[in-house]
Amino acid sequence: MQRVTGGVAVIPMLALLFIIAVLLAQAWPAILLNGGGFFTHTSFDLGNTYGAIVNTHGVRHPQGASYGVLGWALGTVESSAIALVLAVPVSVFAALAISERLPAYLGRVVGLFLGTLAGIPSVIIGLWGALTIGPLLAHRVYPLLAHLAPKVPVLSFFTGGTGNGQGLLTSGIVLGVMIIPIVASTTRDLVHSVPKLPKEGGEALGMTDWEVARRVTLRWVGPGIVGASVLGLARALGETMAVAMVSGVVLSGSPGSIFAPITTIAATIVTQLDSAFTDTSGFAVSSLAEAGLVLVLITLAVNVAGRLLVRRVASTALPVGRGV
Amino acid sequence: MTVTCSEHPASLQGRPAMRRKVADAAALAAGYVALAMIAVPTIWVVAGVLQRAVPGWSWGVLTHTGAAGAGGLENEILGSLVLTAGTLVLAGGVGVLAGIYLAEYATGPAGAVLRGASEVLAGIPSIVLGYVGYLALVVALHWSFSLAAGLVTLAVMTVPYVMKSTEVALRQVPSAYREGAEALGFSPLQALRRISLRTALPGIVTGILVALAISVGETAPLLYTAGFTSANPSAALVHRPIAFLTYAIWTFYNQPSKSAVQLSFDAALILLVIVLLLIVVGRVIVSLSERHAETR
Repeated sequence: MQRVTGGVAVIPMLALLFIIAVLLAQAWPAILLNGGGFFTHTSFDLGNTYGAIVNTHGVRHPQGASYGVLGWALGTVESSAIALVLAVPVSVFAALAISERLPAYLGRVVGLFLGTLAGIPSVIIGLWGALTIGPLLAHRVYPLLAHLAPKVPVLSFFTGGTGNGQGLLTSGIVLGVMIIPIVASTTRDLVHSVPKLPKEGGEALGMTDWEVARRVTLRWVGPGIVGASVLGLARALGETMAVAMVSGVVLSGSPGSIFAPITTIAATIVTQLDSAFTDTSGFAVSSLAEAGLVLVLITLAVNVAGRLLVRRVASTALPVGRGV
Repeated sequence: MTVTCSEHPASLQGRPAMRRKVADAAALAAGYVALAMIAVPTIWVVAGVLQRAVPGWSWGVLTHTGAAGAGGLENEILGSLVLTAGTLVLAGGVGVLAGIYLAEYATGPAGAVLRGASEVLAGIPSIVLGYVGYLALVVALHWSFSLAAGLVTLAVMTVPYVMKSTEVALRQVPSAYREGAEALGFSPLQALRRISLRTALPGIVTGILVALAISVGETAPLLYTAGFTSANPSAALVHRPIAFLTYAIWTFYNQPSKSAVQLSFDAALILLVIVLLLIVVGRVIVSLSERHAETR
């Protein structure tokens, strides 16, 4: 039994190594030819796919093919940052309310909501973002925001045309909704793990509930909450379908306004793979593999960092994947 | 009760009582706003699907096949069920066995490495899994768009969930049970099979249900591995593409024809029903087994 189960337990690790190896092998020609420029400009240009395939440094590619991941990576990071700004305060306050204020049965009801939200397929959240909340925000809320924001450097990022609801801010909001379950349920479990005595000590000193929460509970699990947020960030960075439906998927450059359409690495891969197949030299597919490799390395680093932070505080609170 | 302030932490001293009360009330209000911000989007998403799917709903979508935004969804529904059943076998089998190893046999750094690798695997973006599945299974192994390619990709994605919940469930079995089994002369394998696994079963089943809910709702890993077809699923493992529900949602929702958008929301409704059923059954199992454990 030990040998059989041990052999099976190795499968996820092998799968992980296999995924990275396949990406690396497939991306290798693109890494050679795209060079450092891949990270310093934004471009998705298949080149002349009807012309002759040319050979540069031993890599076959259509004349004029050019790929740059900068704008996609910026879109990924910016939309995920907005998601964090929205999701972390909601999650922390909700976690405190669940475990310190609500009776147990109401806490279970909120838990049911968190589980449901985590379980709703990404493509259905995308429908909501693209057809319901995106247009609503673009018509009712964004114009107000754009009107209020002063035309000074930095804040002028919040001005400009508000478009049709496909863009950076909508992506951030939708991603925020999607990562609330993992951040909130991890934070709730962390808050639950704080021992009673220090809290009662705080109360005995005459602290209000909020002072106990801020100075005892949150201080106790602080690094864990940072870790929970980082796990949410990893989730947001890799989210694909919903973002592909609400970001506008604009492949060139980074947005000049928070309302402008963007793309992320994941959304670019899922929407452009079909057109990449038309490049018979395989260079387009290879370049998307390089983009995928960049995404995997970013999410891996963020994910591992988040796990280490949560584990420092409590190993029981560690979620898997979406944190269902 | 009067509290003298001399024992307060230094930083709290001298803060007016009014301000502290206001801060406390504000924090409480923020808590309730936060709870609303969890409940409102959840209800809104579900209600939005209902609102757009129900008025134009026709039961015919369940019994007619279709493609390109016309006809029904029979091929997508059956395809999703076949893929989910396959995930149950593949991810369920691998995940439970691997979870048993982590809980019962893995000691020290080896267990930590395997556990960490599995958790990190769950964090790999789903489109990357689909892309690698396409490169390795569809192209390199010549499986074409097929059931097998979609299944293996989905299984890789969901094994970590089953593995984690199996391990956690087994670790929660009281050690007195094991010791009791040993005292009765059970062999380790008997004790595992008849005591530990039986006690941990609700947790394991719930983990599998979560994995199924996730696999049936996934799109990105399947687009370039399962492909799409207007035909109902066949027994062929390879070389024959297979339809799935999320494909219909993703492909039809922004098409100009009304029937395509209706089909997209029909598919979303069917999918939501399946996912919510799986989640609710999981919750019921957990609460029933908790009640059972309390009365034991």
